[in-house]
Amino acid sequence: MNKTSDILVIDDEQVIIDAVIKICSLDNYSVDYALDVKTGIEKILKNYYTIIICDIMMPDGDGFQILDELRKKNISSTLIMMTGYSTVENAVNSLYKGAVDFIPKPFTVDELLSSVNRATKYHKIKEKQKQLLLENTIDELLYVSCPVKYLRLGYSSWMFQEREGSVLIGACDLFIKTIESMQEIEFQNIEDEIEQGICCASIKCGNDRVHKILSPVSGRIVEVNKSIKNNSSLIEKDPYFEGWIYRVIPANLDYEIKYLIPCSSDRL
Amino acid sequence: MFKKIGFRLIFAVALTSLVIIGVFAYFNVKSQSSSSISEVERHANQLGETVISSTRFDMMLNQRDRIQQTINSIGTQPQIRDVRIINKIGEIIYSSDSTNINKMVDKRAESCYACHAEDKPLEQISITERTRIFRVHPDSNRVIGIITPIYNAKSCWQADCHAHPPDQKVLGVLDVSISLAEVDKAIAIREWEIVIFALVAIIALGLLIAFFVRRWISNPVNDLLDATKQVSAGNLSYAIKEHGNDEIGKLGESFNNMTKKLSDARMQLFQSDKMASLGRLAAGVAHEINNPLTGVLTYSSFLLKRTKDNAEFQEDLKVIVRETLRSREIVKSLLDFARQSVPKKSNADINEIIDKAIAVIDNQLSINKVKIVKQNETNLPSLSVDANQMQQVFINLFVNASDAMGKNGGTITIKSQRISLSPYGSTQIKKATCPKRHSLMDNEFKIDGLSSLKVKVISDNKEGIIHLDPVYGKHRNVFKHDFKISKDTKFVCPECSISLIQQDKVCPKCGSPVLVFEIEGQGTYEVCSSENSDWEKWDFVDSAGLKEYIEIKISDTGSGINREDISKIFEPFFSTKGQKGNGLGLAVIWGIIDNHNGNINVESEVGKGTTFIIRLPLAQQR
Repeated sequence: MNKTSDILVIDDEQVIIDAVIKICSLDNYSVDYALDVKTGIEKILKNYYTIIICDIMMPDGDGFQILDELRKKNISSTLIMMTGYSTVENAVNSLYKGAVDFIPKPFTVDELLSSVNRATKYHKIKEKQKQLLLENTIDELLYVSCPVKYLRLGYSSWMFQEREGSVLIGACDLFIKTIESMQEIEFQNIEDEIEQGICCASIKCGNDRVHKILSPVSGRIVEVNKSIKNNSSLIEKDPYFEGWIYRVIPANLDYEIKYLIPCSSDRL
Repeated sequence: MFKKIGFRLIFAVALTSLVIIGVFAYFNVKSQSSSSISEVERHANQLGETVISSTRFDMMLNQRDRIQQTINSIGTQPQIRDVRIINKIGEIIYSSDSTNINKMVDKRAESCYACHAEDKPLEQISITERTRIFRVHPDSNRVIGIITPIYNAKSCWQADCHAHPPDQKVLGVLDVSISLAEVDKAIAIREWEIVIFALVAIIALGLLIAFFVRRWISNPVNDLLDATKQVSAGNLSYAIKEHGNDEIGKLGESFNNMTKKLSDARMQLFQSDKMASLGRLAAGVAHEINNPLTGVLTYSSFLLKRTKDNAEFQEDLKVIVRETLRSREIVKSLLDFARQSVPKKSNADINEIIDKAIAVIDNQLSINKVKIVKQNETNLPSLSVDANQMQQVFINLFVNASDAMGKNGGTITIKSQRISLSPYGSTQIKKATCPKRHSLMDNEFKIDGLSSLKVKVISDNKEGIIHLDPVYGKHRNVFKHDFKISKDTKFVCPECSISLIQQDKVCPKCGSPVLVFEIEGQGTYEVCSSENSDWEKWDFVDSAGLKEYIEIKISDTGSGINREDISKIFEPFFSTKGQKGNGLGLAVIWGIIDNHNGNINVESEVGKGTTFIIRLPLAQQR
């Protein structure tokens, strides 16, 4: 398989493609493009791309077809979904089905670049993990996967159901590992409403990049972890226990839980 | 004109009164004229007797001149047409009309026939038989004639002239004829009077009936007709203004009620239609705008990055990026509005959702001096709702209520309760059995055409039967026993005598034993055994058929809503808050409730406050 470009962008709007090409060239990514799903799939089969950025709704199909194709052909490209707000549920669904991130349209340069950078890092970690598996060297731990009883939204965030009906949410270690030079975390306040698939906390980095942690559930924040507020590096040290971010009263857990991946499945 | 109900009524009344008054008038005239005739008759008879007695003495002396003179002088009276005396062979011997003297009278003529029939001798005969009414000419006045027989007396055959033998009974007859012209005239006048009276009475009656028919029937019916025309033309806000308390008034009232409900239903339908298309439009617009917006945002933020050393550009580009981000938020809220169409339902406790909503804006409410009073019914069944959306509904309503109450604050009262608009009076029990599965349906005894449920009652060796109404909620039960129900009374299956009394349960209304029946495939039906209680319960039916709701009332003590505004408040982009609101709040609420198959209504009084009533159907639980 040839490697011609780092990124393939699939969208039916030329202006979006041009914008993505322009933005990605800022960080020296080479970008190929396709104007419809069919051409996109042809290109994926012909060439290997590290990252595929794909609009979720296109005239001749949707982003899920690309995801299915990747899985079917066992292609390890990472996929970022682009979506309008009207399809947040679709976007969350795409995370469940294997996309690493989604970018709501319209987006800024930094929003796109931070996502692409994370995806690149994610890809690297996954490739390295694959290599290690082949070499059978399990000693080196690249990231800590989340505990058995936890559920996660894509690779971004996790949630854990407490006994009192509340849930704890936090960021996955893999997500933290994809972020370089974390500077500070911006939290929401107690009593704020959060929504599944929408940003609930932002991690600021150097070079103006902001990485958004997508909330795994909808609900109302009843507690913000004070120790992480005082010491943001805790999220890197112990992301699953001491490094939880919010305690939340979920609003619609029964429904939303179907888009969450049980962490126990990672252990197989 | 005859198609008008008022005219038909008036016509019927006039016709009836015409017949009644006509018959009355006919008999009245008849009896009046016959009594006047008999008056004349009596008068003529008396006159005859008078003539005979006054001429008796002259006859005895055979002074014919004097007799003739007397008869003449009587005959000159204006009413009297003729006075004559006829002897036994029919010869007129005296007459006030001298031309008739010595003429023979035909004995077989009608006037003579009464006495001379079959040559019978003149005996005592009644006055009517001696009377005749006739016309001399067909066009002359009527005349009454009366014949008075002159009987033989002892003095007659002993008189000097010896003109009459003693065995002769009647010597002759006196015939007096009196003109009926005056009487007939009086009768004619009387007839006219009666006819005029009848006509006046009929017309007066007609007018009176017309007045009341117009007032009580025609006008209200026309109002109703106008109203139905208006409604069928689509004007559902039309209401009948005045209606009395009679049946037509009640009809008008229920008509108003009906149109109000119809207009409510139409509004809801219209609203949901509008919301749906508006949602589609919003989603379409948002989706289409998102792509060009992405172009603007990416390129401007790209430029912002590229021109870091040019402060002048930076300033302008920052404005572009900021405003584009603002547009992004607007599109997002538009999409939030459009997206409400798919509720993510799961079971939730509505009171909990209310509490959560209160918790979210508690601070804001206490700043605005708003007090919250909760009157929530505990242990409400859980509802299948989108908790997030419902919470949004309550938060919006609380914020609206708080805004309506202004700076001085007030009270928001929240009341949740389970209301049961159960399918009472419509569901029929078709198969009821005793615990041993004997059918209790009685096809012989029907209540309102439907087979009843039969229960045997036993008390102190006496037996009776209760027939229960098979229609749930109607309770037209028939009790056929002549003894009092006591504690020891048994209610049993007529076939196997197994008890039908529900153990450990009494009627919540009167404390009597409760009868229980098994309804095939539809649970059990319970009913109070007492004649005096109408308690009955059929859980299966009560819980089925979307007839149970949870009702949440949210009342404030705010400024209220104008009548003109109340029909518009659920419309998108309608706002009384000016720049503060986008006019989508209540429209979104409406959409959410509609998507939950519920309904939301508002009652408001300006200056007193507003109450929003939300009803959410309880899911069918089987």
